[in-house]
Amino acid sequence: MTVETPRVTTIALAIRDWPGHRAGQHVDVRLTAPDGYQTERSYSIASAPEDADVSLTVERLDDGEVSPYLVDELRPGDEIELRGPVGGYFAWDNELGGPLFLVAGGSGLVPFRSMLRHHRASGSRVPVRLLCSARSLELLIYREELIKLAADDLVDVSVTLTREAPDDWRGYRGRIDPALLSTTGWSAKEEPLTYICGPTAFVETAAAGLVALGHDPGRIRTERFGGTGV
Amino acid sequence: MAVSRGFVGRRPADSARVPPGQYVTRDFPVLSAGPTPYTPLDTWDFTVRGLVNRPVSWSWQAFRALPHENITVDIHCVTKWTKLDTTWSGVSLDTLLDAAPTQASYALAFCDGGYTTNVPLADLRGGQAWVVDEYDGQPLDPEHGGPARLLVPHLYFWKSAKWIRGLELRPADEPGFWEMFGYHNYGDPWKEQRYQGD
Ligand SMILES: Cc1cc2nc3c(=O)[nH]c(=O)nc-3n(C[C@H](O)[C@H](O)[C@H](O)COP(=O)(O)OP(=O)(O)OC[C@H]3O[C@@H](n4cnc5c(N)ncnc54)[C@H](O)[C@@H]3O)c2cc1C
Repeated sequence: MTVETPRVTTIALAIRDWPGHRAGQHVDVRLTAPDGYQTERSYSIASAPEDADVSLTVERLDDGEVSPYLVDELRPGDEIELRGPVGGYFAWDNELGGPLFLVAGGSGLVPFRSMLRHHRASGSRVPVRLLCSARSLELLIYREELIKLAADDLVDVSVTLTREAPDDWRGYRGRIDPALLSTTGWSAKEEPLTYICGPTAFVETAAAGLVALGHDPGRIRTERFGGTGV
Repeated sequence: MAVSRGFVGRRPADSARVPPGQYVTRDFPVLSAGPTPYTPLDTWDFTVRGLVNRPVSWSWQAFRALPHENITVDIHCVTKWTKLDTTWSGVSLDTLLDAAPTQASYALAFCDGGYTTNVPLADLRGGQAWVVDEYDGQPLDPEHGGPARLLVPHLYFWKSAKWIRGLELRPADEPGFWEMFGYHNYGDPWKEQRYQGD
């Protein structure tokens, strides 16, 4: 288990007979209480198809039923039941091409880690622009990996901080809007393939912004994690 | 089934109304594959076509003038949330289908944004399905499928196609959008028919 931020943990799973997955797919996690009560939630797969482990990255919602259990209670060696991989639309592989624009709000970055790792592992030549929105630098997940990824000429990483930013912060500030989407993404002419993931309100804003900028809605794929705001 | 060590969980007060694997939410989460379309009402219409003598269409005004029913139902999304006692207003599919006699057995709902979903006609008849244009006494939000969406509450909620523009009636079944991407062809929440093979 890797602590990403005070609220977010990455969990590596050893799965028997994992059939393999496509970058961007998710699994359904099912928890069972001693009296047989069960509940399920979906979590995006954070690892690439090429990685040895399957991992999930979970953000704890304090009043949540499942995420506090996964972040705070689960210990190495515990077993959880899962189903998957599922979801065939919010997935990317090299054959789908690009250029790619990935737009993440908060833990919406999870499926993009899988896509970016797959991009690298498969030697893809597709140019990628990634825009992530986080409340603060401390709450940005996968920080170090993002810095490494940005060293690749084909991958451009932009970060916007919405609540607080260090004094010497040279990235963007504030919530995403059409201006930021057009500065950090591709123009509509370049016909990018766009994936947007995060809390519902974030996804709505980003998708509506890109459509307003003239992007083809048919090339914008979205995954809404639930909740509101980022 | 293995017990998850240390997991207690919250139990719904009204568990008989909650299908397996679902949890009750008070919010109204959103599941869509792409951006929310915004269709102006003056270009909106609803069409029943396919295996019919003549396609039938209603403009927004004509649709609004059809008899509406108030509906209170529980809805179940494949992403695991269930929302109890949601209230809608809309036109019964019985009313819409009566205007277009057919020998078909299946319907493919088509929508703005290019979505489709397939439902057996038997599941749309008999007071089980509506095209709704109000939620909670207000015009239906685009985010939740406005101006109008299908409402088939006895199936998982992706079958209640958002931004619906009509039904294509067919002699044979054909998978819709989510159904082609691995979701179950029928989607009965009480049998947990989430994905292909369930
Ligand atoms: C396809 C898919 C992939 C997902 N992938 C991930 C992932 O990779 N990592 C991850 O951490 N989560 C992911 N989620 C969200 C996850 O499934 C759960 O909804 C989340 O962990 C909350 O569950 P919970 O039981 O802790 O909270 P619940 O008990 O379900 O809800 C507690 C409260 O939080 C609200 N809420 C629910 N979801 C959110 C949210 N995302 N943001 C803010 N408030 C919310 C609820 O409305 C409620 O008020 C994904 C969801 C979907 C549909």
